[in-house]
Amino acid sequence: MSDDRNMADDRNMADDQNMAIASSADVVGVRRLVRSVALEVGLSLVDQTKIVTAASELARNALVYAGGGDVRVETVRNGARRGLKLTVSDDGPGIPDIDQALSDGWTTGTGLGLGLGGSRRLVDEFDLASAPGKGTTVTVTKWAR
Amino acid sequence: MSVHADVARRRVEELLRAHEEQAVRRWAEIAKASPEELGEIYQALLSVLDEGRDDFADVRGLLADLSRSRARAGYAPADTARAVFGLKEALYEVVEADTDGVEAARGFIWFSRLIDDLGLFTFETYADAREKIILDQAEQLLELSTPVVKLWENIVAVPLVGTLDSARTQVVMEKLLQTLVDTGAEHAVIDITGVPAVDTQVAQHLLKTVVAARLMGAECIISGIRPQIAHTIVTLGIEFGDIVTKASLADALAHAFRRSGFQVSGGGGAHVAIRAERV
Ligand SMILES: Nc1ncnc2c1ncn2[C@@H]1O[C@H](COP(=O)(O)OP(=O)(O)OP(=O)(O)O)[C@@H](O)[C@H]1O
Ligand SMILES: [Mg+2]
Repeated sequence: MSDDRNMADDRNMADDQNMAIASSADVVGVRRLVRSVALEVGLSLVDQTKIVTAASELARNALVYAGGGDVRVETVRNGARRGLKLTVSDDGPGIPDIDQALSDGWTTGTGLGLGLGGSRRLVDEFDLASAPGKGTTVTVTKWAR
Repeated sequence: MSVHADVARRRVEELLRAHEEQAVRRWAEIAKASPEELGEIYQALLSVLDEGRDDFADVRGLLADLSRSRARAGYAPADTARAVFGLKEALYEVVEADTDGVEAARGFIWFSRLIDDLGLFTFETYADAREKIILDQAEQLLELSTPVVKLWENIVAVPLVGTLDSARTQVVMEKLLQTLVDTGAEHAVIDITGVPAVDTQVAQHLLKTVVAARLMGAECIISGIRPQIAHTIVTLGIEFGDIVTKASLADALAHAFRRSGFQVSGGGGAHVAIRAERV
């Protein structure tokens, strides 16, 4: 699932931005932050909308299932290509069965059960690390075309 | 730092410490602020001077809080800066009364420069704080500015504009359903041209509203689905089933006209003539 390309050298630390998610207003804030960084790295309008929507899904999952979490937005570079890397992490209950959580229509709440699987399809790279009692961290990247 | 300057700095510190109560009281008077709030800043300032440091991070932190709370309370930035500059005046009165005039005067000049810096710093914080307030207000305005409008006899529309969060979407949808009850309209157009992103939660609210409207005997048309939104919805895997969707509000209106028996005839695209068939 994850792409192990080492991007440590390409990271521009100065562009990192962090945000806490503690309310649904923060989820809107995350969307706004991701939109502005997506614009800055040169994502197309369609790709901006995709990464903003994925960010919204992941941030809301952290809020709903873990009571809150943290978001980190970085700009990354791979040769001439620029991209946006988003990390959403929480210290919540974790996900016992990751495959099941990713399958369309699966929900333990009242949603459509499309957030996680849909986010994976909306981005170029997707990594989900979670275990019961250990919280959840989702890392996604969208590259400019 | 030269010996002179160092001595001067120490003298200021001595004076600040010796006359703390009087200086804070006077400062509070000049600044029209509470002695508690200013006392805390005064203490932070003293401890930096005391340790001979040049790191005013704590003092700046406290000043930033002061500046932000004043920005929220509607003070002008000059008021906040003037409040900080007030400490000079308060200290000057102490210096004036001091017997060892020369050292105290030198110290005062050094101190004065420091306070000027800190005062200017509150300006920056103020500007940042105001900007954030403006953003928040814009958001709140958005919340209020979603009218349900009557487009025609029997047809209502709700143009959604801006970022939708759960609470706001719910408010809008409830308002729409209530309008259907009040007007007995049979067609409702939900226009999402102004919505930057549709996620699963917004989609779910839309779907639920359409179902609820149907139960009330009204048909919803979703219009203004722009290409990037269409892409995203499809990729997410959301299915709108048999819900009528149209690219533009105009298309949705034309559809509703047809369904309610109005005849719409185009005049070369330049204008649209509408004739009511049913009275
Ligand atoms: N951060 C998280 N912590 C714990 N469990 C999670 C987390 N994120 C997702 N889950 C679990 O995975 C399930 C599927 O998540 P997904 O986002 O796909 O759907 P949903 O949130 O239920 O509905 P929606 O379509 O509105 O997103 C959730 O119902 C929940 O049980
Ligand atoms: Mg979800």
